[in-house]
Amino acid sequence: MTITVAGNEKEYDAGLTVTTLIAAEEVETPEYVTVSINDEFVASGDFETTTLKDGDNVEFLYFMGGGR
Amino acid sequence: MNKDYCKLDTKVILSKNDFDLIVEHGKSCLPEEACGLIAGLIEEVTADDSEHTYQVKTVKKVYPMTNTDHSNEHFNIDPMEQLKAIKDMRALGFVPLGNFHSHPETPSRPSEEDKKLAYDSKPSYMILSLMDGTNPVLNSFHIESDNVKIEKLVISEG
Repeated sequence: MTITVAGNEKEYDAGLTVTTLIAAEEVETPEYVTVSINDEFVASGDFETTTLKDGDNVEFLYFMGGGR
Repeated sequence: MNKDYCKLDTKVILSKNDFDLIVEHGKSCLPEEACGLIAGLIEEVTADDSEHTYQVKTVKKVYPMTNTDHSNEHFNIDPMEQLKAIKDMRALGFVPLGNFHSHPETPSRPSEEDKKLAYDSKPSYMILSLMDGTNPVLNSFHIESDNVKIEKLVISEG
């Protein structure tokens, strides 16, 4: 299947989960990454059970915050 | 100046218009902290001594964003706005360069919480101090755990 990851089309086997994709894409500091699929955010607790499908558009975002 | 802020390996070029935009956003959010993203281009430049290279980040677009914490002590960039900005950057051929936030009542330097929450060392972390309302101070930092380096920030008229 073909999915778009951070703007780039990639080929992956069907059944790919978000957790597997994070590992395959060698996402840095995966514990802090936020994932959206087709502009919908995925709860981190659902990464292992969320399966990607052909045509999905995935973005990895990082928490950005701080304080004085 | 803190000795940890001495090594220069990144220069950030920001237009006066974008500097003004950051200050304007910071003031419009008072008394809360303001925040946003910066995007543009990155190039590696060889220094005059030809012995080392440094990074030049040229800011091409500033994205003022919502502080979802709505606090004068904390900020958190709205993830949905972040997502939209990332797509806009990509469409324009820019790359994410970093983020900015304001300190309404404290100096332009990373707080302990800023350092703790800087999970990614690649972005530039700009901090705008508005503690002196007539003299806003903007600095750009490289933050890698407790290691903080100030980046050379050039405000250009172009």
